[in-house]
Amino acid sequence: MAILEIRGVGKRFGGLQALRDVNLSVEEGHVHAIIGPNGAGKSTLLNCLVGKLVPDEGTVVFDGRSLLGRKPWEINQMGISRVFQTPEIYSELTVLENVMIACLARRDGVFRLEAWKTLAEEDDIRGKAMQVLADLKMEDKADAHSAALSRGDKRRLELAMCLSQEPRLLLLDEPTAGMARADTNRTIELLKEIQERLGITMVIIEHDMHVVFSLAERITVMAQGTVLVEDVPERIRGNPKVQEAYLGGHG
Amino acid sequence: MDAIILQILNGLDKGSAYALIALGLTIIFGTLGVVNFAHGALFMLGAFVAVTVRRILTLSFETIDPTRKDFLGNPLKVKTTYVEHWFGPDAGQWLIDWSVPIAVIAAIPVMALVGLAMERGLVRHFYKRSHADQILVTFGLAIVIQEIIKYFFGANPIPVPAPEIFRGSFDFGVLLGFPENAIIYPYWRLVYFAFAALVIGGVFAFLQFTTFGMVVRAGMADRETVTILGIDIDRRFSIMFALAAIVAGIAGVMYAPINSPNYHMGMDYLVLSFVVVVVGGMGSLPGAVLAGFLLGILESIASMKALIDLVPGINQVIIYLVAIVILLIRPRGLMGRKGVMED
Amino acid sequence: MFKGLDRNDIRLMLVVALVTLAAPLILNPFPADSAWAQFNAGYPDLMQRFVIYGIFAIGFNILFGLTGYLSFGHAAFLGVGSYAAVWMFKLLSMNVVPAVLAAMAIAGLFSLAIGWISLRRTGIYFSILTLAFAQMSYNLAYSVLTPITNGETGLQISINDPRVLDRAFGTAASDSVPYPDFFGLQMNDTASFEFFGRVFQFSVGYYFAAMLFLAAFYLALRLFRSPFGLMLRGVKTNQSRLEYTGINPRPYTLAAFVISGVYAGLAGGLLAAMDPLAGAERMQWTASGEVVLMTILGGVGTLLGPVLGAGFIKYFENILSKINDQILHQWFAFLPDGMEDFMVTLVSPFVGKGWHLTLGVLFMLVVIFLPGGLVEGFQRIGRLLARLVGRGRKPVSDDDKGGA
Repeated sequence: MAILEIRGVGKRFGGLQALRDVNLSVEEGHVHAIIGPNGAGKSTLLNCLVGKLVPDEGTVVFDGRSLLGRKPWEINQMGISRVFQTPEIYSELTVLENVMIACLARRDGVFRLEAWKTLAEEDDIRGKAMQVLADLKMEDKADAHSAALSRGDKRRLELAMCLSQEPRLLLLDEPTAGMARADTNRTIELLKEIQERLGITMVIIEHDMHVVFSLAERITVMAQGTVLVEDVPERIRGNPKVQEAYLGGHG
Repeated sequence: MDAIILQILNGLDKGSAYALIALGLTIIFGTLGVVNFAHGALFMLGAFVAVTVRRILTLSFETIDPTRKDFLGNPLKVKTTYVEHWFGPDAGQWLIDWSVPIAVIAAIPVMALVGLAMERGLVRHFYKRSHADQILVTFGLAIVIQEIIKYFFGANPIPVPAPEIFRGSFDFGVLLGFPENAIIYPYWRLVYFAFAALVIGGVFAFLQFTTFGMVVRAGMADRETVTILGIDIDRRFSIMFALAAIVAGIAGVMYAPINSPNYHMGMDYLVLSFVVVVVGGMGSLPGAVLAGFLLGILESIASMKALIDLVPGINQVIIYLVAIVILLIRPRGLMGRKGVMED
Repeated sequence: MFKGLDRNDIRLMLVVALVTLAAPLILNPFPADSAWAQFNAGYPDLMQRFVIYGIFAIGFNILFGLTGYLSFGHAAFLGVGSYAAVWMFKLLSMNVVPAVLAAMAIAGLFSLAIGWISLRRTGIYFSILTLAFAQMSYNLAYSVLTPITNGETGLQISINDPRVLDRAFGTAASDSVPYPDFFGLQMNDTASFEFFGRVFQFSVGYYFAAMLFLAAFYLALRLFRSPFGLMLRGVKTNQSRLEYTGINPRPYTLAAFVISGVYAGLAGGLLAAMDPLAGAERMQWTASGEVVLMTILGGVGTLLGPVLGAGFIKYFENILSKINDQILHQWFAFLPDGMEDFMVTLVSPFVGKGWHLTLGVLFMLVVIFLPGGLVEGFQRIGRLLARLVGRGRKPVSDDDKGGA
């Protein structure tokens, strides 16, 4: 069953048609990759999913409910978490506090005026956050200031924040960009393990074909704001249209 | 009708002052990305340059005139100013009479120096700090400048007269076919408006038609690219800061005859000028000028008796009310770009 | 009461409570007849201002320190609180309880309205909006609202005020202008004791304000450590991440705005309770600027910082502004004549009426060199001492920000 249905989505910025009649459906529990050259509209599409942008036309339905016109926090509360291309974290807070905010958001909803009870009394939230950090092998950094983390650790922290919310759909925008090969492989293993353990549906935007073909069960290729082709990895590799548009010599 | 025209005219000089301060604020913000809370203090410094120049010109020495007696029967002490002594009574009197325009000339190097010192010594180190830090440090500087002026010149306003020939008023209404004495307008305010128009025109022409201005405009639009091109944008930006200081300074000099300078006038005008900048659109030079005149005139019209009878207190709040409404319905102001300063 | 607070917090709370309660003793170190007596701060009028402006700054810091929203119009809430309190004295009773409650309620409502609108914008736009609202209130208080505010004269109580509750209970004084009281204890009642040549004054007004200050401090402490406080810090460091994490920042910032408005209202009400008079100048933007100075000077985002800043500014405002050239000449009398005159000339711009110059310079120095304010300064000194004393011992952790 498709958990995410994108139908006929279009988006215009002034004279630029960023998205044109994009159709995409993501099966529940699948890892779905979106690839394509720079400027193909991948990030714009993602922005349309999380409420950063509103498409000019078309529909986006998640789990039977439309996402159009909803605020980012409403969409998150419906079970969609996003990891950004450049790590978006609370750099003045500690690693643990970063993750606790995410846990609190899932428990308390969009707003709760809890100014009397202290964080020290929130054992459940703290335990949950520590658990996720342990899963990502970051528990030793729990009390570090997140601004001091390495770039790779910042990405892992953001991933931890998203995972701690137990999302139904996880959106990953180039999760391995700028990483060394070893780090990339570690991230692949990590995402695989999470996917197997929790069965979270994932949509990944990625340039690194190694990552894409290691993880994805389905691949959508975008070019010039529209979907070129969608298929399973084996057939994408051999598709001449894709090779022409994107893969070039790599295929 | 004549009442409205009169109010519009009355709004022009205030609007001119707002526009000139706001113009400098916008130059500094647009080029350097710094929110300068000390800009009102520069306006005030200019006004006190006028005070100082007048004091220097009227410096005098005493001589005893043995041929005349004062009312106690002692020989009369006569005060003669140095300028009269040096240049003869006529030229000396003329210099004193024209002290405000002379102060404009004196203010240009003074304000340029002050501006450069501010930029090099303080503001430069805050380019990378948050806007809140910039506001705070320049706010502190404004207090310091204001208190120094207060120490040297005292707390009371010091009147500075305009040159003799501009001191009167003329009947503006007759020109437009209204009855006599319907619209009486002081000459100096007209001079101020013309002066402001000249300065504003000069600044725009400078930015539009010189290579220097072109580079600065490019820098305002996209600082990084300009830097990559190998242009030393920082040096140009410090010159722009000095320019903004000069504009604020000479605006203050010329305003001295309209509003006797006091040490806190800078803060009074700063608050309003910030409102003007925000209404005009942060970072938009034409917006700053337009909003300056618009709000000056609006403020003036709102102080008409008929309007106050209708809406009590409207004259007290009109500027803020307009600012609030504009910020809410059109957050980037009348002519601002999107996303400026929204962090 | 201390549930959920760690040992450092409890120790901080206890120290603050102890210092506050013992302030009349601690702040009076110099004998009354010595030349140094002018540096004593242990008299009710000044101590009251310490705690009242402490409350104001703590509240302001909840907004600015935690969320990063820089309001330039907070004095409006203080002023509204004062007006509300004086009106309660006039209409209901000279008892301070209804006055303080009304001050908080009215200031809360007022800040709800202004915050609701101003928080639609961020950054400098927010600052300008709050400034515009405060200036509007100030201008109106001086002009059309004169029937409520009594304009330039300021709102005062008089013998003929209705004071319905006092009259109903027969406690209304009829022969003189009454003084605010707390169930019969008059705010200006003071007990003086003399020990070792020092005069210690214990006033009802100070202790009433001090108790409310401690409550306000304790509430702020809990708020800082709460999930709510964590969210506010999230707003400051990355508002958009918060939105994509499922949090709507608006109600959080609005709640912080209203809480800080209520704190300001409480401070304004207490000012009126100590001296039943309210004037519009309390709302002027220079007054808003002062609370910004206090918070920054003391240490923005820390618990103790705003209190230190408020105390620092109010103390030096009082002490430095009393120093004149004559006193300076006495101080420098030990120098040769020429040096004496030179030193007096050098120092005099910074004292007496020029004390704002000192404040401005100090403030700039703090913003430039010590962004963490006095608290950071003390921490640095403490670390330095610890290093000097305990050479070879374990280095002191760097991570005590927000702990003070």
